[in-house]
Amino acid sequence: MGEVAIRVEGLRKSYDDVEAVRGVDLEVQRGEVFALLGPNGAGKTTIVEILEGFRARSAGDVQVLGHDPAKHERDLRARIGIVLQSTGVDPYLTVRETVLLYSGYYPSPRDVDEVIEVVGLLEKRDTRVDKLSGGQQRRLDVAIALAGDPELLFLDEPTTGFDPGARRNAWQIVRNLTALGKTVLLTTHYMDEAQHLANTVAVIAKGEIVARGTPDTLGGRDIGTAVIRFRVSGAAGTPPLSLALTATDLGYELRTLEPTRALHELTGWAVERGVELEALEVARPTLEDVYLELTGGGEGRE
Amino acid sequence: MNDLGLTLRQVRFTNKAFWRNPASAFFTFAFPLMFLVIFTSLLGSGKTEVAPGKEITQSTYYVASMAAFAVITACFTNVAISVTFNRDAGILKRTRGTPLPAWAYLAARVIHALIVSIILVVITVAFGAAFYHADIPSGVALMQFLAVLGVGAMSFAALGLALTSIIPNADASPPIVNAAILPLLFLSGTFFPITEHAPAWVRLVGRVFPVKHFTDAMLASFYGKPAFTFAWSDVLVIAVWGLVGLALASRFFSWEPRR
Repeated sequence: MGEVAIRVEGLRKSYDDVEAVRGVDLEVQRGEVFALLGPNGAGKTTIVEILEGFRARSAGDVQVLGHDPAKHERDLRARIGIVLQSTGVDPYLTVRETVLLYSGYYPSPRDVDEVIEVVGLLEKRDTRVDKLSGGQQRRLDVAIALAGDPELLFLDEPTTGFDPGARRNAWQIVRNLTALGKTVLLTTHYMDEAQHLANTVAVIAKGEIVARGTPDTLGGRDIGTAVIRFRVSGAAGTPPLSLALTATDLGYELRTLEPTRALHELTGWAVERGVELEALEVARPTLEDVYLELTGGGEGRE
Repeated sequence: MNDLGLTLRQVRFTNKAFWRNPASAFFTFAFPLMFLVIFTSLLGSGKTEVAPGKEITQSTYYVASMAAFAVITACFTNVAISVTFNRDAGILKRTRGTPLPAWAYLAARVIHALIVSIILVVITVAFGAAFYHADIPSGVALMQFLAVLGVGAMSFAALGLALTSIIPNADASPPIVNAAILPLLFLSGTFFPITEHAPAWVRLVGRVFPVKHFTDAMLASFYGKPAFTFAWSDVLVIAVWGLVGLALASRFFSWEPRR
């Protein structure tokens, strides 16, 4: 058994005349949380459903836990857990009955009550599914995916429509999974979700991967332009910097590839004058800035 | 758990959900009894001619034909509509992502329909015996009756599964299913006898489609007297239709909503 959970090379998928996935390469290591980040219609769900075995690919090589998902082998299905973007469960069964039903499909399932507890539905376990709120049903989706104790979990937009508290809880569930050594492939269009959960992020736009890396280094965030902002009281005059300063409503702003040098110059000037640099901050572009730039401002339609 | 165990377990959960769905459980059970009461009230308790010179009591006729109707409702109509609803709700897709074999899910549906049919037939027959003094099959006739019930229930369930592949969505399923089955019920002697005097095309429809064969076989095994003889050829035709349904279902069955 290798260290690679998912390997994708040159994956393409066309629907009639539309190419939804245009040559994607991916490698997901065992035990990591891998996030596919992109706007709606970027091709995330198509890729995930190919990996899950629901869709046939048009071209490329795909291996999931050493299997080709297109063959729809039972052995593979026994080792993965799937949270689809939108799926239902029988409305007339209770939470516990539902988890019990699905856990029975797997060769070595997790304890039913333990799974229900993990997703925080213990109080609702004898409630019928049609009486659950939307967020609770989504947690039930996760419980069903965990029922078979999968090695690899697919989460397609698991927290869309959650309130902030519910999202924090969902994130905690995912972190607990990684603590157990599970591999998670997650799609999301929330930057903060990718940032909080993922070891590796691939940004996808219009069917192609446009950037990949850790949340901290993605798109050169760690080495790119830094922004320095500060204010000085009117009497102190303008800092005579060699770098281009822009005056804004809130004070001054400068963009630089050499923040260390710029800060040195700036603070040297301020100390010499006895001026305080108010509200001084040095900022890296946020993941959101990078994401919006990479994906063309969130364009792309289904 | 082996695959047979998995299938039976699936039947158990299907059954649990079925009885908790008030609409499907109520209508599946209420319609045949309601029709039985209506038909026997309207058409009296005289004799009815089922073939030249062959008569059986009206009430026995309707007890048997409503038992046939009950089986068709539980198997064909109910399976087609409820599977389409489950498909649109994404339940089938989710199931497809688990290690449960596809055939086990489908087999569980068929077995469950068979169980519901047996319960329905027992109720209909008990009702008929209690209120309409209908004859109840026994001996050889009972064996024939059980054979046609089993083959019929499974065949109509398979046809119901096959039909789902041409139903675009859940909203369309009741009208499509009814459009498929209601004319056949009227033309097949389920609601009133079709005699030799019926137009040739009506008799042709009866010979080609399985509904008349099923109704006839139910009637014959039920009546169990020389006036109306049981024909294994009817059971054979039903079984062939069932196999065709099975083949179509396994080829074209869709696990995902069709949009």
